Amino acid sequence: MAQITLDNLAHSYLPNPQSEDDFALKQLDHVWKDGEAYALLGASGCGKSTLLNIISGLLVPSRGRILFGDRDVTHQDTVARNIAQVFQFPVVYDTMTVGDNLAFPLRNRGMDPAYIAARVQQIAGMIGMQDLLKRKARGLTADAKQKISLGRGMVREDVNAILFDEPLTVIDPHMKWELRTQLKALHNEFGHTMIYVTHDQTEALTFADKVVVMHDGRVVQLGTPEELFDTPEHTFVGYFIGSPGMNLIDAEVSGDVAYCGGHAVALGGSYTAPGGKVQIGIRPEFVTLSSGSQGLPVTIRRIEDVGRHQILRAEFEGQPVNAILPEGMPVPADANRLIFAPDRISVYADDWRVLPVHSKATPQREAV
Amino acid sequence: MDKVQNNKAWFLVLPVLVLVAFSAVIPLMTVVNYSVQDTFGNNVFFWEGLGWFRDVLTSDRVHAALGRQLAFSGIILAIQIPLGIAIALCMPKRGFWASVCLVLMALPLLIPWNVVGTIWQILGRTDIGLFGYLLDKIGVSWNYARNPVHAWVTVVIMDVWHWTSLVALLAYAGLQSIPQAYYQAAKIDQASRWKVFRYIELPKMQGVLLIAILLRFMDSFMIYTEPFVVTGGGPGSATSFLSIDLVKMALGQFDLGPAAAFSIMYFLVILLVSWVFYTVMTNLDKAEGR
Repeated sequence: MAQITLDNLAHSYLPNPQSEDDFALKQLDHVWKDGEAYALLGASGCGKSTLLNIISGLLVPSRGRILFGDRDVTHQDTVARNIAQVFQFPVVYDTMTVGDNLAFPLRNRGMDPAYIAARVQQIAGMIGMQDLLKRKARGLTADAKQKISLGRGMVREDVNAILFDEPLTVIDPHMKWELRTQLKALHNEFGHTMIYVTHDQTEALTFADKVVVMHDGRVVQLGTPEELFDTPEHTFVGYFIGSPGMNLIDAEVSGDVAYCGGHAVALGGSYTAPGGKVQIGIRPEFVTLSSGSQGLPVTIRRIEDVGRHQILRAEFEGQPVNAILPEGMPVPADANRLIFAPDRISVYADDWRVLPVHSKATPQREAV
Repeated sequence: MDKVQNNKAWFLVLPVLVLVAFSAVIPLMTVVNYSVQDTFGNNVFFWEGLGWFRDVLTSDRVHAALGRQLAFSGIILAIQIPLGIAIALCMPKRGFWASVCLVLMALPLLIPWNVVGTIWQILGRTDIGLFGYLLDKIGVSWNYARNPVHAWVTVVIMDVWHWTSLVALLAYAGLQSIPQAYYQAAKIDQASRWKVFRYIELPKMQGVLLIAILLRFMDSFMIYTEPFVVTGGGPGSATSFLSIDLVKMALGQFDLGPAAAFSIMYFLVILLVSWVFYTVMTNLDKAEGR
């Protein structure tokens, strides 16, 4: 096992990339610490799978280096890197039995048969397929096949890292939860470095210690689930994480006040006037409804009751604003103002978060 | 709503019935008719019962032809299937050269049977044919018209040249449909090239390979034109496969009764084999859960 370092990495599928837009993966420096569980989160086509295939050695990056510990593995193949990977769609060897499928990576490495038998039993127990070991893999359900794929990914103990490429896409929702919990337990038990690619925020937030959010071929934030929620570094993180996502409103910022279409909004810190396109962002959880004269005047579109709470969908000068209200709270007919909790407001210039000159209450965050 | 009963609709089916009657049913019935009768000319027929069938079934000549036929089909399958797979594995997966390969592979399939026969008849000659000439030069006195082994080799090579492409194209299509993730997973599992073939490519090609085997078996089992053009079934009857023997019997000797009985059994054998293949293939599909 080793720490994985990405040094100046970039990748383009074109032979001669000209501009930055040609790169599926924009320049990236990153260290995956040994033994941590990471989730790689982003929308489809943001470069997640490209990054994963570069780490596993299925793809050679156009630029930069990959280090496992101190060893440069950029041009080494998957075998030399000793990595396990589980793919989005189940890959099983149809003509083999379930047991042979699980034993396959070990047999190919010439392990001791007694050890293989024991290890296969152990993994089969983990994925709940002990009774099926003697059965042919052909004709099993997609669920079962994907469990075999997961099992094959975890069967080797000495791997440097285990990579998961949206492995639970084809699995039933109730199984998803169970398998994810098992993966987490496995991680705690064996301490493998795990990188888990997904576009599902719940999956990412429940699985990983650290979540890496990618957008448009770039890592926009690396942080714990709390950090992603409290201080999104990029508007994409705000929008992508949370349900509904962060509210973003065009504003002009000067000092500790933001002006949104002539209405003043108090901020939690003081800012030197940022350049570019300036927005303030606040999560719907920290927006309250008021019927007084304070806050932003909005047009209420509708209220959705999702059981645990109500989501208020409103509009401020053509921009959508959402608020989360407690379950059962009546919405007065004259309520048309939204008040933002000042210390929960983040300021963004050209989509990137701007730090206040001095902060009153904003939680400190780790540098990316 | 009341359904209008109008039996005139049956007239619309009539053209098809007539066509099928003339193209299949009536000729087949003629054959059936011949197979149970005997004649000494003058259009006078005598009832023969199943006598011709008994004769054909116990005829050494038919047994020998059947033996040659099975040997021929066996040999060309044993060559064409592995060779076709090997070629498919070597073909580029995409790009300009993939298209070039596909066109080149398809060419032999487009050549009419008797032209193929003529090509190889000429190629095998030692005076004007390249193949025969070269063999002659390296010291093999090549003569497919006199030497049964030479005749067999020529006919087999000709069939391999003509039809291996079909197997290769089918196998290629099967290979192309394997998702990339299988190869990536195999790489990660450190599977050797042989194991990739054995556990991924071969199982995934199973369906198309069965079709290839069926097509090649049926076609080779009914082969007539090419060996007829090259060797005429000779030397002696060394390359008289079932069809050639049948034609000799029916048209050469004008033994219509035995030939008719022979044809019917020939037809039934092919029907039986097709049915077996069909059943195997549908069961395979079910096992895959498709």
